[in-house]
Amino acid sequence: MENTERLQNVSVLGAAGKMGSGILLLTALELADLSLKPENKDKTFILNAIDVSDAGLSGLMKYLQGQFIKAAEKKTVQLRGMYENRDELIENYDIINQYVFDVMNIIRPTTKMEVAYNSTLVFEAIIENPDVKVKLLSQIDQNNHHKPWYFTNTSSIPITQLDSAANLGGRILGVHFYNPPAVQKLVEVIKGKETREDLNEFALGLIKSMRKKAVPSNDFAGFIGNGHFMRDALHGINEAKKLAKESSWVEGVYTINKVTQDYLVRPMGIFQLIDYVGVEVCSYIMSVMNPHVKDEDLHSDVLDQLIVQGVLGGQYSSGAQKDGILKYEKGRPVAVWDLDRKDYIYFTDFQDACDAKLGKMPSTFMPWKAVNFNRSKAAILETYFNDLNGMNSLGANIAKTYNSRSNEIGKKLVADSVAHSEADVNTVMLTGFFHAYGPINEYLK
Amino acid sequence: MKLRRKVYMVAGYNTVSLGTGRSEFHPKKERPGIEHYLQEAGQAVLKQIGGSANVDEVVIGNFMSARFNKQAHLGAFAAIIDEGLRYKPSISVEGACGSGGLALTTGIRSVLAETADVVLAMGVEVQNTVKAIYGADILAGAGWFKNRKKGHAYFFPGEFSDRAGSYFDTYGRDYARKGMATWFKNAIENARLCETAQEHENKVGDLIQLGLSEPNGKVFTDYLNVFDCSKVSDGCSAIAIVSEEGLKRIGIPKSQAVEIASFAQVVDNLTEQPKDPVELTCTKVAAKQALTDAGITKDDLATVETHDCFTIAGILATEAIGFAERGKGAEFVAAGNTARDGIIPFNTTGGLVGWGHPTGATGVHQAVTLWEQLTGKAGDAQIKIPKEKPYGLSVNMGGNDKTVVSIVYKKV
Repeated sequence: MENTERLQNVSVLGAAGKMGSGILLLTALELADLSLKPENKDKTFILNAIDVSDAGLSGLMKYLQGQFIKAAEKKTVQLRGMYENRDELIENYDIINQYVFDVMNIIRPTTKMEVAYNSTLVFEAIIENPDVKVKLLSQIDQNNHHKPWYFTNTSSIPITQLDSAANLGGRILGVHFYNPPAVQKLVEVIKGKETREDLNEFALGLIKSMRKKAVPSNDFAGFIGNGHFMRDALHGINEAKKLAKESSWVEGVYTINKVTQDYLVRPMGIFQLIDYVGVEVCSYIMSVMNPHVKDEDLHSDVLDQLIVQGVLGGQYSSGAQKDGILKYEKGRPVAVWDLDRKDYIYFTDFQDACDAKLGKMPSTFMPWKAVNFNRSKAAILETYFNDLNGMNSLGANIAKTYNSRSNEIGKKLVADSVAHSEADVNTVMLTGFFHAYGPINEYLK
Repeated sequence: MKLRRKVYMVAGYNTVSLGTGRSEFHPKKERPGIEHYLQEAGQAVLKQIGGSANVDEVVIGNFMSARFNKQAHLGAFAAIIDEGLRYKPSISVEGACGSGGLALTTGIRSVLAETADVVLAMGVEVQNTVKAIYGADILAGAGWFKNRKKGHAYFFPGEFSDRAGSYFDTYGRDYARKGMATWFKNAIENARLCETAQEHENKVGDLIQLGLSEPNGKVFTDYLNVFDCSKVSDGCSAIAIVSEEGLKRIGIPKSQAVEIASFAQVVDNLTEQPKDPVELTCTKVAAKQALTDAGITKDDLATVETHDCFTIAGILATEAIGFAERGKGAEFVAAGNTARDGIIPFNTTGGLVGWGHPTGATGVHQAVTLWEQLTGKAGDAQIKIPKEKPYGLSVNMGGNDKTVVSIVYKKV
């Protein structure tokens, strides 16, 4: 089957979800551009947006319309070329409207998963639960006589496991987008043991065409991104616990969050990142990964406790951060959840004392935002970390330990053959997590 | 034609040129509408000339409020500027980006016709109501609509990119780009000296390097980068056009005014593509006529305000006005001759690239700048006006060199 033919009937499962909606958006633009090529003018392209929620699908269509308008406005120069022969489309306004219609016209929102029985490519972005995924994939495969290819957006379940359990015969590939897919450049690509090579090549072509960066990861629970993040998070939780012995949990969380964000020049502190992904999601990913790892226990009783207490983080559909381990005002953390008192304690009550204990930061410190997009990023980091190396304050020492653990995690991913190279580990953290520098670095000693 | 009656301009005012670059500008924040701009600039002039009772007539230059603001019929806004303007003659005039210039010539003609002694001439445009990609549709109205389909998404940048491409082919790409980058640098440096300029707060270090950024035809045009372009701006400029009797009526001494030595207003055929893409032919005709009618040459000019909607238009203007020979404009500019300390300072408050380009207001903004320079009111942007060169020249262009207004101003 030709690639174009394969793309003529695509289904996205979980299309109204956070990841599904982004994947649908990217796929729709891809199909629209294909359909507008002169050689495809007589072909029909269908993109089924399948989700269990009617309300979700309705919201999805609104979201998509806004995104398609933006996409069209950005590429109007190209679009004028694509609609060159449509004499009635004269102004940019006409062309943008037509394009938005043409993209929307490809999409079929529905709650009936049976439409996927006619698809030649199925993109799965449903809940991160192996049993649910297997059930759905095998049901589609049993009823679909096209022998469709499957992409799964799982961030932690081994592909080989899904392949054999759903009996897909190597017609499945891990295509792990990062959140939000429309913005994040990184896509982890994971082949299972039996995954067909032509499927892998097809995916790489598609990802490139979507202007994303594919990084291959081996089929090992958690892959590269979560392989690093989950261990890094556990380290953060343990460090906070250590500090709690001499102060309190609340102060420990505040301190570690501050060190990971400021001292390590990251876009957000580790506890804010757990909230961003969602406390429950993190805990769940760990539980999916844990049976597959040896010599370590990827599990956190603190996360369990938080879930029981209903402290979940995650995001509102607007993208705003929900309260979790930290409480947020205008997107910024302002308080920490106290596990004993079961209430938030504001930073202002204890912040000064914690900051004093950490000690002064090097005068060469610049926040992540000022560093990451700076042309002299490497030089700035070099100078700053050099200064930090020379300090013996509590803050500097926590940062050094933290960085060396991050380094160790990165190297272990290569040693365990999850990543092909140290460079791939760094690329994932740089592009998928927006770190200013890779975990495998020589900055801190 | 020599003016048969003395005509002066006095009491100018510019609002801020609002748009990207100004710290008070945010695309998602609510902004003042066209009414506000008319009121601010109009009232500021009325205050200087003793109030609306002294005004005989109002002329408002505007290009496309009918699309940018869904608002036509601007003449009848006069009374919101001041109640005293109700029941007085007031019209709006349009000639694309030359609309401001047309407001001036319309006012001058009224004074010459002796139907008015004091005309409040204004220019206004509020363009940030739509994104640039739709603004490009609206501004494309300055060209022939039958050419829109085959034109660029960014229609006018596309038209002038074609001119730049021809200039590159004829005289050399790097040679041309150096001149264009220098034009950009001068524009920003001059804008930094003028508080109302859109690029007033620009702090970029290496302006030449920025100006030399490679054009990217995939997302914009083949031969121009965004720094070669004028700004998308909201703004209003206003000035009083008066006779000698008018000056007496408003009680301002002649020394505070500039005399209009001549004016030219010419059009080319809108339906034709430029016959000579490396020449602004219509500009050449207009400037020559204005200088001849004033009885002077380019060497009598202390400063020029030209219509640099794109840096290439600035380069071509130095040639069209006669400061540089054909093909030598880029060199003339790169050598620093048009900088504020050069042989002939051009666009001393930044021009369209640096000060901003609220399209229908630009012609009037040029008049206000020249009035300020020739009467010593330009503040930090003030240049020296040599005694033996008491003249200033403006060139205001509509479309791709299709409507041109050129005026010679004389220090009194």
